[in-house]
Amino acid sequence: MYRFGRILARLAFALVLAAAPALADGRPGGSLVILSTQVPRHVNGALQSGVAVAIPSTQIFASLLRYDAEWNPEPYLAESWQVSDDGLSVTLKLVAGATFHDGRPVTSEDVAFSILAIRDNHPFKSMFAPVEAVETPDPGTAVIRLGRPHPALLLALSPALAPILPKHVYGDGQDLRTHPANVAAVGAGPFRLAEFQPGEHIILKRYENFFLPGRPYLDEIVIRYLPDVSTLLLAMERGEGDLRPFATGSQEIRRLRQVDRLAVTNAGYAALGPINWLAFNTRSPKLADRRVRQAIAYAIDRDYIVGTLHHGVSVAQRGPIVEGSPFFDPTVPAYDLDLDKARGLLAEVGLGDGLQLTVDYVPGLVEQQKNLAEYLKSQLKKIGIDVTVRTSPDTATWASRIAGHDFEMTMDTVFNWGDPVIGVHRTYLSSNIRPGVVWSNTQSYADARVDALLEAAAVELDPARRKQLYAEFQQIVATDLPVYWLNLLPFHTAYDRRLGNPPLSIWGVLSPMDELYWIKDK
Amino acid sequence: MTGYIARRLLHGLFLVAGVVVVNFVLLRLAPGDTATAIAGEMGGATADVLAAIRADYGLDRPLPTQLAIYLGHIARGDLGMSHYFNLPVSSLIAARLGPTVLLVASAQIVALVVGVALGVLAARARGGAVPTLVTAFTTACHAMPVFWTGIMLVVLFASILPVLPVEGMSDLRLRDAGWITRTLDVARHLVLPVVTLVLVHLAQYARITGAAMREVLAADFIRVVRAKGAPERTVLFRHALRNAALPVLTVAGLQFGHLLSGALLVETVFNWPGLGRLAFESLLRRDYPTVLGVLLCAAAMVVVVNLLTDLAYRLADPRLRTVP
Repeated sequence: MYRFGRILARLAFALVLAAAPALADGRPGGSLVILSTQVPRHVNGALQSGVAVAIPSTQIFASLLRYDAEWNPEPYLAESWQVSDDGLSVTLKLVAGATFHDGRPVTSEDVAFSILAIRDNHPFKSMFAPVEAVETPDPGTAVIRLGRPHPALLLALSPALAPILPKHVYGDGQDLRTHPANVAAVGAGPFRLAEFQPGEHIILKRYENFFLPGRPYLDEIVIRYLPDVSTLLLAMERGEGDLRPFATGSQEIRRLRQVDRLAVTNAGYAALGPINWLAFNTRSPKLADRRVRQAIAYAIDRDYIVGTLHHGVSVAQRGPIVEGSPFFDPTVPAYDLDLDKARGLLAEVGLGDGLQLTVDYVPGLVEQQKNLAEYLKSQLKKIGIDVTVRTSPDTATWASRIAGHDFEMTMDTVFNWGDPVIGVHRTYLSSNIRPGVVWSNTQSYADARVDALLEAAAVELDPARRKQLYAEFQQIVATDLPVYWLNLLPFHTAYDRRLGNPPLSIWGVLSPMDELYWIKDK
Repeated sequence: MTGYIARRLLHGLFLVAGVVVVNFVLLRLAPGDTATAIAGEMGGATADVLAAIRADYGLDRPLPTQLAIYLGHIARGDLGMSHYFNLPVSSLIAARLGPTVLLVASAQIVALVVGVALGVLAARARGGAVPTLVTAFTTACHAMPVFWTGIMLVVLFASILPVLPVEGMSDLRLRDAGWITRTLDVARHLVLPVVTLVLVHLAQYARITGAAMREVLAADFIRVVRAKGAPERTVLFRHALRNAALPVLTVAGLQFGHLLSGALLVETVFNWPGLGRLAFESLLRRDYPTVLGVLLCAAAMVVVVNLLTDLAYRLADPRLRTVP
């Protein structure tokens, strides 16, 4: 089994190299300018995986695995990997000849240091919480020992979530969270950090000794930060940028589509799974009965939201797991618009005369948040619910209110982050009701069946059985509705049509861009 | 004179200290803190992570303790560490100070030169269409909010007349070019932000200069100068303008503070990498040390410029040199 697995993995590695894009239609070299609104604090993805950090981090640091567009793991720093039959250990063989940007070799010691550092410092605790130890029998082999089976582990080894850090740089005893090398990073990825100008730009240069022969194809990547979307859009229209990830506004997306040199796609965000939803504080007496929440769901027209309010750029979202995920259950209740049913449900709970509620929203994403909050106000009035839209001056204020459970309903955007263990469980597990922590179970939702299903799915090694557990979970929460899922955030990537191999894997731009190249001279 | 400068510097020091204390308290009154802002950027956080961030930056201590620690650091010339970037605030300010000084100084000079010229033009015309046109133009410019003027210029030069860059301070693709190319590139990027600031601040100079010039031109000594056969250019610039310059100088000092505050909006509209944009973005991130550092820096700049204006005033008007 182990031998067979290694052969398969080596074969996959060879196929990856063989499948490296032929450059007959292009040429190596050239510069790529990425324009982004999201300003990173640093470039160390071991500390956080927000999109701002992950874009540069995945270029600077290599990870053990990477993923294609079909959720298949591919060799990266690990040329092979083997999960033990009991699921309590994963053995990884490292590719020979990989070096960090300072010339030192990548060894299993670096792997062990990195995984434990991420476990101890990254906010996504569930990624490596079951890791008890990482053994290093030889410099080319790392064995991850787990306290319980952890099928989410392989996805957690993705570039956006688990960069391999050089132990000789980051393991010098300084606090990783404030380490000077977080803004002067040394990794083993395809590009090395040449310049970090906080809030302005990052310049990445080709790493000549990158372990994948011939790659990266580009000479450099420049990431410019333009916090104002209008300014960024103008810059793209004027040809000052080659790639714009995370375009979200319908107007921006439509204008980008009108630029002849640009291709615009919503591919590349499957793993991120960004859901726009309406969350209910189930501790509020007005919202404690799920029939009230269901009534609100029946009063909301998702088709109107995606078709009219979002001008067709977004997609309706029916459950807690995004449709692109292998764990998505297409049979969850849809709650199609039915005002009579909504009024009937309210009457059942004695609220036929109506009630008053407040809704918060995340400031900034006007079209996805503020406009939907305003829509809810007008729509829920039709079933006798008087909604007051509560404004927060900035995200910090909104986060403070929601983290303190000081809300009745709130709009929110929350990401799946690949495996449900990483991005989904946190919203529904009763053990994650933690006042003071935003993006925890701020709904105060508690259901013993859901807790049991999620705990079982977290350790289930059989993919089919795991999918079944998540299907049951989705059915329950889609009935209880601690959250009503509205739409997928319409993340789009606009890129120059002359770019070969645009970043469209499940992690999109949050993955190494060593395969990108310019089709024609630029 | 030395005693005067020392007194003014001491006053300035108290003023800046007052600005620091007031801003420190005001910033903490806003809901949310650095930890929640960072959690948003991290994609989520646990209670442990939030607590660790608060402990790292001393946010878990009582407000008076935080203020005392901060003032102690300031007294030692340490502006602290940015909560967001974990870099010294002084290094962030140092990187952004140059662009802001370049923008504000350029705008000040252009506004002064053009405003004074328009004022002289209007005063010299003594009635007719020119003064009316100058007044109408400068008043209209003054009435336009600075951000609106900026946005209109962006719209104009982005799509209708795409001959000037509408954002940033330089083209990164030219960073390896020669210094002449890079200087010209910065100059091209400077045009629209400067024009925006100038348009808004032109009126003050034009109106003050015009009024002062009209008053001086009606004075007896001007009549004497003209009677002696001096050319009109000499009358205007050597005799009249020199005497009319005092109120303009005063306004120039006061305008500096307005230009700095206007730069905040202009830098945001044009993505100019200066202190204004740093302050605005840091405010949204609840990066208190950076916001306080920028405000302290701006207050110090205003104090120093006003002191320099007063000194220039004394040099221009010998009567003031004896005033304590």
